Amino acid sequence: MSDLVSMTLAEARDAVRAKKISSRELTGAFVAAIEQARPLNAYITETADRALAMADAADKRIAAGTPGALEGLPLAIKDLFCTKGVRTTAASRILGDFVPPYESTVTQNLWDAGAVMLGKTNLDEFAMGSSNETSAFGPVLNPWRAQDSNQNLVPGGSSGGSSAAVAADLCLAATGTDTGGSIRQPAAVTGRVGLKPTYGRCSRFGIVAFASSLDQAGPMTKTVRDAAILLTSMASVDPKDSASVDLAVPDCEKLLDGGIKGLRVGIPKEYRVEGAAAETDALWSKGADWLKAQGAEIVEVSLPHTKYALPTYYIVAPAEASSNLARYDGVRFGHRAKDVRDIIDLYEKSRGEGFGAEVQRRILIGTYVLSAGYYDAYYARAQKLRTLIKRDFDQAYEKCDVLLTPATPSPAFAVGAKTTDPLEMYLQDVFTVTVNLAGLPGITVPAGLTANGLPLGLQLIGKAFDEGVLLRAALALETAADFKHSPAKWWTA
Amino acid sequence: MTSPAKIKTIKGETGDWEIVIGMEVHAQVTSNAKLFSGASTEFGAEPNSQVSFIDAGFPGMLPVINEKCVEQAVRTGLGLKARINLRSIFDRKNYFFPDLPQGYQISQYKDPIVGEGEVTIDLKDGESIKVGIERLHLEQDAGKSLHDQSPDSSFVDLNRSGVALMEIVSKPHMRTSEEAAAFLKKLRAIVRYLGTCDGNMDEGSMRCEIKNVNSMRFVQMAIEHEARRQIEVIEGGGAIVQETRRYDSKANETRSMRAKEDAHDYRYFPDPDLLPLELEQAWVDAIAATLPELPDEKKARFMAQGLSAYDASVLVAERELADFYEDLARGVDAKAAANWLNNEILGRPNRDGLSITQVPVGAAANNAIIQMVSDKTISGKIAKDLLDIVWTEGGDPRQVVEARGLRQVTDTGAIDAAIEAVIAANPDKVEEVKAKPKLAAWFVGQVMKQTGGKANPAAVNAALKTRLNLPDEG
Repeated sequence: MSDLVSMTLAEARDAVRAKKISSRELTGAFVAAIEQARPLNAYITETADRALAMADAADKRIAAGTPGALEGLPLAIKDLFCTKGVRTTAASRILGDFVPPYESTVTQNLWDAGAVMLGKTNLDEFAMGSSNETSAFGPVLNPWRAQDSNQNLVPGGSSGGSSAAVAADLCLAATGTDTGGSIRQPAAVTGRVGLKPTYGRCSRFGIVAFASSLDQAGPMTKTVRDAAILLTSMASVDPKDSASVDLAVPDCEKLLDGGIKGLRVGIPKEYRVEGAAAETDALWSKGADWLKAQGAEIVEVSLPHTKYALPTYYIVAPAEASSNLARYDGVRFGHRAKDVRDIIDLYEKSRGEGFGAEVQRRILIGTYVLSAGYYDAYYARAQKLRTLIKRDFDQAYEKCDVLLTPATPSPAFAVGAKTTDPLEMYLQDVFTVTVNLAGLPGITVPAGLTANGLPLGLQLIGKAFDEGVLLRAALALETAADFKHSPAKWWTA
Repeated sequence: MTSPAKIKTIKGETGDWEIVIGMEVHAQVTSNAKLFSGASTEFGAEPNSQVSFIDAGFPGMLPVINEKCVEQAVRTGLGLKARINLRSIFDRKNYFFPDLPQGYQISQYKDPIVGEGEVTIDLKDGESIKVGIERLHLEQDAGKSLHDQSPDSSFVDLNRSGVALMEIVSKPHMRTSEEAAAFLKKLRAIVRYLGTCDGNMDEGSMRCEIKNVNSMRFVQMAIEHEARRQIEVIEGGGAIVQETRRYDSKANETRSMRAKEDAHDYRYFPDPDLLPLELEQAWVDAIAATLPELPDEKKARFMAQGLSAYDASVLVAERELADFYEDLARGVDAKAAANWLNNEILGRPNRDGLSITQVPVGAAANNAIIQMVSDKTISGKIAKDLLDIVWTEGGDPRQVVEARGLRQVTDTGAIDAAIEAVIAANPDKVEEVKAKPKLAAWFVGQVMKQTGGKANPAAVNAALKTRLNLPDEG
């Protein structure tokens, strides 16, 4: 059984297609693993019956000789994607028992490719957080623990359920969404691969919105190849999303070939930040050496506005969120407060009861920065900075093809360690938010362990819609790092 | 033409006051689907039957701009002789209201799709003035709260939620309520000519603030009342505060709805779900090439054909009426056609509750009647009788004339016989007319009667003059 669940997406695909295993067997193994792993709290909603029914249908298509690209492959879906007929929570009480009567474009693409849904994974409420501790359904535990320690660690966030599910073999791969690092940071701190595609590559239709100009769906996988495979099916040109870019989706797996000889890899000097662990810096240098050894040229570049990225992000994202979350008012769906006096009371009580503290904090920040008298000082200036941050990248890409940076300032931290200090929590995104602000593709790849045995990742940032080069560089990094570690399955004991 | 208008004032207790009026008009875009969703826009459907998940603000739903609505806004802008902005931006106007499902209205704030333009309005005294257009922007309509369905709860109908509106903002160039009403009428005529808004105020297709003003007459009454109120406040030593007022047509007064202190902070910002709207000049030019002849141009053409300014502006006020007139006037004298339409036709549809497109005697049939008058087949008197016949009984006017023997008699033999009969019956009148030549008219009438109205009046006149030896000027 454990052999089945530890397969990569590519291995499972080949085995299912060659009829060495059935989707039913594979799906059954994951259903059992998920049951055993409930202490991790990775899933909000398990859909075992539906998964097995989908697996049977997939097996029929395989028997009929008409398999799709992901035929019979069990996946976990972040509970921010609306799934028709399956409760979708965004990890918030405000959505109550909301069951969408529609399917998100990304998940529809996956089902059209034959994939199987195991369930909906936990996340920070409305994807607002970096540790999966703001979920109304409780925190997710990182499958990894430090050597000789029983302390529970966070799996990163906001896609913490997905990262834990991938790292603990509770799915072959998972979907995530990334607004400021929510795919890449959790993947990095769980020793797996997280890819945020170029903004506009995957449709946002049917994904519960956090910050519309930054949100982007992407794959969370065990390997770079798996990320390429999953991205190929997730991405599409979608007329239902105005930000969807009308650019044919390539077969990303094919783009992995060719190596990185002559590739110019930029090292942005501003990413050496105070407070980052020494091991993080050391791993970064090692990553550059690995790429150089495979024929890449290492160039130092400058992204001078990097220091403004976090403040810019924490104005733009809450501003958009404050407006996006206005629809949760208790009137049409989701949680509605009882015993209210009038409509204002209904709004205040429903939202007060339905939203958690971090979501309320961001709604307040967002409302403030958009208010008359503050708009110019905050939102308008943040938009200007965003333009400058984008320009930084444009200028850097005159000298290089891809950028190499750390993924996170530190490895996974203890549950509860940063919940009292929002600013310290926000610093988790310091290496990842620039990528969202600039709309670029970024990927984190597991690259090593800390001295006490926790995974650390490296990040690569590509040019817009140049996922091919990004994936090729990531594969080179992965090959050199040869990261074969998995967490001990302490939760089954 | 002068712009702005010559100074017009109304009297107060302490002196004369000039009213300065600007208008904001909401015009519903004529399109089958809503501004950002594919849901239908048909009026009068069952509540909540024309709502997509986008209009209802469901999680993860995204707006996608309806190209038809953009085209209609551009068409309207061109009709208002306005600048078309090739780049415009949709913003979110944030506020909480039960009939606003997203918690924001998608509108255009700093960068509207249409910039400055102008409308020429015609006033009763023949004066024409130009009213500037400040801007036109596209925005979503909200739904409707229903408070009268249940004693303890309110209901929401989202059929209108997301319907495309054009907000048209004038410059403060109007000085009287008559000018304001004329502006609205002209605006309505233009959008109806363009086919961009049906202009039905009572269906909510056109609205005007002061809030709740839903007929042209009420616009004028509300402005007059409001001007009086403001003058009284100022003359009483008070000051006018910035506020939104609501018009009550039953009481004919305006009441405060929202003071400035309660004014929402709408937290406008560019909608991150939508990219800036970029248009190509060639696309705009293609729309411009399909614009119909608009009221002003049509009026000028009608005047060049010989109509008075007044007649021409009455006829161009509605595109259907102008079209009816043009069909009716084909090949006949313009003035005669306009007179016929004004004197004989226009009273009837109102009397019968019909619009000009519904009248039982179409433009072609009327054209035939006018032609028969002008070629003297029938007399003017018979023409009116003929219209009555075909109006109530139907039929082709030419066939009716033949079937009923309504042709005008120009046969002098028949006329002479009728004259002899009248003379023989009235010897006393023959003596009188010699002394009072004006009595000739009496003879004409009698002869016409004798011929059943079919005699050509000119021929009768001439024959009588000869027979009775009357002087020419008689």
